[in-house]
Amino acid sequence: MTKSRLAMGPILFHWDENHKKDFYAKVADEIDIDTVHVGEVVCAKRMPFFDKYLPDIIERLQAAGKEVVLSTLALVMSEREIAQLREIAQMPDLLIEANDVSAFGLLSGRPHMIGPYINTYNESTLEYFASKGARRISLPWELPMSSIAALGHARKSTEIEVQVFGRVPLAISARCYSARAHGLHKDGCRYVCGDAPDGMDVATLDATPFLAVNGLQTLSSHYIELSADVDHLKAAGVEVFRISPHNLDMVQIATLYRQLLDTKIDSHELRDRLHQMQSNLAFSDGFLHSLPGAALKETLGQPVE
Amino acid sequence: MELVCPAGTPASLRAAVEAGADVVYCGFRDATNARNFPGLNFSRTELAESVTFAHKHGVHVYLACNTYPKAGSEDIWHKAVDDAVAIGVDAVILADIGLLRYARDKHPDARLHLSVQASASNEEAIRFYHREFGVRRVVLPRVLSLEEIRMLNRRIGVETEVFAFGGMCVMAEGRCSLSSYATGESPNMNGVCSPASYVHYEERGDTTVSRLGDFTINIYGSDEKVGYPTLCKGRFSAMGKAGYLFEEPTSLDVTAILPELADAGVTALKIEGRQRGKAYISQVVGAFRASLDRIASGQNGQAGIRGNLTSLSEGQTDTTGAYRRSWQ
Repeated sequence: MTKSRLAMGPILFHWDENHKKDFYAKVADEIDIDTVHVGEVVCAKRMPFFDKYLPDIIERLQAAGKEVVLSTLALVMSEREIAQLREIAQMPDLLIEANDVSAFGLLSGRPHMIGPYINTYNESTLEYFASKGARRISLPWELPMSSIAALGHARKSTEIEVQVFGRVPLAISARCYSARAHGLHKDGCRYVCGDAPDGMDVATLDATPFLAVNGLQTLSSHYIELSADVDHLKAAGVEVFRISPHNLDMVQIATLYRQLLDTKIDSHELRDRLHQMQSNLAFSDGFLHSLPGAALKETLGQPVE
Repeated sequence: MELVCPAGTPASLRAAVEAGADVVYCGFRDATNARNFPGLNFSRTELAESVTFAHKHGVHVYLACNTYPKAGSEDIWHKAVDDAVAIGVDAVILADIGLLRYARDKHPDARLHLSVQASASNEEAIRFYHREFGVRRVVLPRVLSLEEIRMLNRRIGVETEVFAFGGMCVMAEGRCSLSSYATGESPNMNGVCSPASYVHYEERGDTTVSRLGDFTINIYGSDEKVGYPTLCKGRFSAMGKAGYLFEEPTSLDVTAILPELADAGVTALKIEGRQRGKAYISQVVGAFRASLDRIASGQNGQAGIRGNLTSLSEGQTDTTGAYRRSWQ
């Protein structure tokens, strides 16, 4: 079995430029991590704020020995967004993550990977992407273990990646729900999504935490946490484990998963340490276990909800 | 514009044919289609008989095989495509890339349409499906504005079909796991959204609570009409305010913009609702038929249609959705 690798997903939220710069500086200098994603995945309107800093950040991360992946938009609608994709497809020597089929269509013939927003549900689809040169496929979040195992079995040289930590993207829309919650439209949104660094909390009318709104994107309220299943995932052929950035101490969180992958700590210790960092985090692992995605099978000593 | 109408049963298919459909679309009775509801859809024999009936009346039949095949069980989806082609449907509606490739290789002459579940929302995505799999028509996701559709039609050599009436996803189709987050069953994997087997209603004092799995989707006062708890049409609380965060309980209705859609180069109008009864199908299809015929003869297509259809809309309100950019 090859050594398991750890990847930091793209920042999904509209953090301000200093927040993002600090984050990538820490990732470059303080984290033992193999791969780092940069780029805007959720909303093209956010791009002008940070695109100018990307070349320096990419260079710094590469100089620190990280593999850099440029992630692209999940929902591509306008001609301008297509033009941006065409430009990105010309960038030399960078692994690009397609998150919409449009990007995939433009990336054949250059280093690329298939992101989790593209539907890879079965062997035929995986084989198709592999035949077109996809180096890695990050699987959709709702896949159960049986599907992941079947895909791991079917793959040849294509690497398989699964997200093991962070809120789960559940939906994307043309409509901006952050703007709508503030009585605004997308075209005059005032970038209110930036007010919620981990997404705007959405509860049921019974006050049960349920979802988190991040502009066009809707995420789970719960944080996926698959440490208890990492050994099964490794055995199924998963080589890359993604953690998704939050407004938490990501240096410590990355370190915990690094130690877990290297079998220096176990999942109980990882979960305990996460709780010590942030006691109010609610975890889930339901998708993997063919349960409702919000469910938590591996409670790992926590009080059962 | 071609009028593409839903049928969940052979009786509904006949009703749609008689009410003036140009095309009826339907699915097999299993997880291969995105309306996998109890008591709905077609056996192989029913589809064969229905295709014969429709063809006799000059009406085409499309078969939707538009969920994402489960790893390890792809043969179920392959068989559905093989059987539909053998029965002689006029097009197969697909979403999954692996399944498109199978259909293209195995049935090079079959007409393939791209399902809305593939969420092809731009020219490069549509070009990809056309180039790689010879897709002849794309059902556009309900995220595009009229202007964006017009631009697309100018730039792509593929027919476009748009949703005209009925239930409306507010999220990009085929990219939504909200239902499986609450219930474990999703449109992509199981062909269901907010499935009825996970729905319950509770009386709580003067209020009625609608729940999906473990989550409350709405609480209705005694003066409010209780609706089905489709997750994205629920009432939730954010920033200290309760409300319809994603969308009101409303339906799509494009009757107000039919001439604009025709002018934008749209080939076909699709009516949602394979889960609906045949009376509903007759009424909606009949109203759209009359309206399209009036437009074809140069008259006002909208006259008379709206009163007919408003009573059928979910929550009795309607919207033109993303077609008007202000919706976004």
